Amino acid sequence: MATYLLRRLFQAALILLGVSLVTFALLYLLPADPARQIAGRTASAAQVANIRTQLGLDQPFFVQYARYLGNLLQGDLGRSYLQRSQVSDLILARLPASLLLMVAAIACELALGLTMGLLAAVRRGRASDHALMVTSFVTVSAPQFVVGLLLLYVFAVRLGWFPIGGYGTFSHLVLPALTLGILGAGWYARMMRSSMVDVLRQDYIRTARAKGLKRWTILLRHAFPNAILPIIAMIGIDIGLFMSGIVVVESVFGWPGIGQLAWQAIQRVDLPIIMGVTLVSAVAIVLGNLLADLLAPFVDPRIKLQ
Amino acid sequence: MTAEPVLSVANLTIAVGSGTARRRLVDDLSFTLHRGETLCIAGESGSGKSLTSLAIMGLLPKPGPVVAGGSIRLGSEDLTALPERAMRRVRGDRIAMIFQEPMTSLNPVLTIGRQLVEAIEAHRDASRADARRLALEALEAVRIPEAARRMRQYPHELSGGMRQRVMIAMALALEPDVLIADEPTTALDVTIQAQVLGILKEIQASRGTAVILITHDMGVVAEMADRVVVMREGQAVESGAVAPLFAAPREDYTKALLAAVPRMGTGSEGAPVATVAVAAPVAEIRDLSVRFPLKGGLLGRTTAEVHAVAGISFDIPAGQTLSLVGESGCGKSTTAKAIAGLVPYAGSLSVAGRPAANLSAPERKALRRDVQMVFQDPFASLDPRMRVGDLVAEPLVIHGIGSAAERRERVAGLFERVGLQPDAMRRYPHQFSGGQRQRVCIARALALRPKLIIADESVSALDVSVQKRVLELLKELQAEFGIAYLFISHDMAVVENISDRVAVMYLGQIVETGTRAQVFGSPRHAYTRRLIEAVPVPDPARRRTAFPRLVGDIPSAVRKPNDPPARLALRDVGGGHLVAAE
Repeated sequence: MATYLLRRLFQAALILLGVSLVTFALLYLLPADPARQIAGRTASAAQVANIRTQLGLDQPFFVQYARYLGNLLQGDLGRSYLQRSQVSDLILARLPASLLLMVAAIACELALGLTMGLLAAVRRGRASDHALMVTSFVTVSAPQFVVGLLLLYVFAVRLGWFPIGGYGTFSHLVLPALTLGILGAGWYARMMRSSMVDVLRQDYIRTARAKGLKRWTILLRHAFPNAILPIIAMIGIDIGLFMSGIVVVESVFGWPGIGQLAWQAIQRVDLPIIMGVTLVSAVAIVLGNLLADLLAPFVDPRIKLQ
Repeated sequence: MTAEPVLSVANLTIAVGSGTARRRLVDDLSFTLHRGETLCIAGESGSGKSLTSLAIMGLLPKPGPVVAGGSIRLGSEDLTALPERAMRRVRGDRIAMIFQEPMTSLNPVLTIGRQLVEAIEAHRDASRADARRLALEALEAVRIPEAARRMRQYPHELSGGMRQRVMIAMALALEPDVLIADEPTTALDVTIQAQVLGILKEIQASRGTAVILITHDMGVVAEMADRVVVMREGQAVESGAVAPLFAAPREDYTKALLAAVPRMGTGSEGAPVATVAVAAPVAEIRDLSVRFPLKGGLLGRTTAEVHAVAGISFDIPAGQTLSLVGESGCGKSTTAKAIAGLVPYAGSLSVAGRPAANLSAPERKALRRDVQMVFQDPFASLDPRMRVGDLVAEPLVIHGIGSAAERRERVAGLFERVGLQPDAMRRYPHQFSGGQRQRVCIARALALRPKLIIADESVSALDVSVQKRVLELLKELQAEFGIAYLFISHDMAVVENISDRVAVMYLGQIVETGTRAQVFGSPRHAYTRRLIEAVPVPDPARRRTAFPRLVGDIPSAVRKPNDPPARLALRDVGGGHLVAAE
């Protein structure tokens, strides 16, 4: 177990190194000039060149990357070009809001999706199954900004049940979490249904029926834990998808998380922030996958971590 | 037997579909079952024997076949009329069932103990502690060693034989009136089969449970049954007490079924083994080893090795059949794969005088022409999206033989030779029965006119009557084309039927080898004798009184790296009959 963890963490470090290199290279190739952005429209060419030298942007690519990596290893994500503060401080200040949104969204999509999938599988081939699957198809296909705006319009503007935007109370959380969760719920419903249908065909389900167990005991105790196995791995991957969704949803709902931070930074070519948010997202994805893998043996005793 | 029957099935009809598309899968079936009695329902695939058992349990798949008529009476209740809620209380409590596949019949994510306990709690108002005690007793009754520890284990930690015992324990924990066992030993090795059958008999004798045993194996029928119902295409062909039915079957189908059963002891008495002056061997295998590394640790180093094949040597004589026998995990299939070049191996191999090592790509391709394989599962080994004619022609295409027209002609000839209509070439695999598909596989193997065909459990999945015809076909083809067979099987009776020479494998090594007459007529190694004795004899008059007692699982072939098992030295006990010292 300890060796397994060590190996996975070593792999994680390699992945993060790769992510940092690719992101840094992409930002380097970007036609936008951060020095020009910082200096403003009215600045002279000399001023812009001056800023460029100050920030080390005139150095060759590998020199810049080596310097960034050196700082990174000391825990320094650099300074924002425009906000005059440490990137790590900016991210840390906004991380709790994003984590809260993420956890709420995952809870939301699992609760919705697994229930829908389970019900559809049990009622396979009947009208309720078709209705559930069509619903899930719609939620999967709908773009998040549309879903977000729709929810805002119905529940905040027309019905006034929830605030239009902002952060702080539980009712602020509901709509953004739902927006993120509804998309995921569609995916999970479809996965859960096919996984469950497959499990219900297995010999051990027939054994459970032959024992004279009650229908719901068979479904919940025998079928569900087996059906959930492929879905656990999916949750790990899902965290990656969240990071892209969060940028959209946080902007729609004015949620002060790192998605919003990233969105603002992209508009202003604030490279250190973009780098920082990308790395934090990568860490989240890597950790999410690791967590899913660590969780798997608790559900399936056949899995051994080596 | 004058007492009331425990279970009586009268005019049972199971049908699928409706209107004109309605088909009767079980038609007007009647039988009774008394306390303490074993009734065997025997028949080949599609006979409706499993459907009957599912109907009794009320477990027919939905949507699907339904009981369309007749009654199933348990005591005074008609089970076909019971609502699901009442039927649930019958299942597991008064009628219990065990299934064919012990590997998949237990839930992989729940402990053995929990699965046993919940079966008890579903029907008894027992405390958790009482239920656990009952479960433990049930495990001990089926003689599972270290029962208390097993309760905490998961199914994957147990061997197939142990799992089937757990299934029996689970079924019998509540002392049901009726136990239905649907092919309970078909997936098990013969020595394990004998143990499991022994346990069933013992428990039945002590508790008086009535047993319905569903099987295709007439050996098992002869061994276990008091009475027999022979089924064919949904109808009872013949039924009666086991001894007269075997001694003097009335119906032609029963006679044919019994005649098709490969019998031990007939092979060696039959036609003398073709002891032609042993020609140059078509394949020479020397010191063959196959190891599979198990990786682990921080750097993925090899932490252990599975010694699947641990240094074996033998020759396959040209135009003859060498059989490798042994139980699952003994390395017989791995040996076959190594010879076919499908797994990396150590040691030396030569086919038709050509060493198989260090070959260039074209040489290797030429070697592949000489060695062809026929696999176990005729359903899985044919691409469902290709026409069978193309499947048989494919080896010719790969090796660039003939023009399209020539190939078509050759394939047609092959089809005719294996007993299929040449116009079947345009059809797809799913349009054929299992036996016909295996003929297609044989035609495919023959296409390149190989010198050696490796038949890996090629007839194991077939019904006995089909099996018999495929074995006959293989013998004819051998006589006609002089092909050598490496025949791999766990079925001792089939092996005795087809082999010229036999090698018995245990834990990756050969423990005994010789001609068929030597190995079956005077087996010298204890393991060979145990294998032969474990085969049920299809003759109720020669029923065993004592079953082999519980022996532990076969030891593991997993060893530390660079620690090969000690080689068994083979000693010649006369006439080329080699036996390992014990």
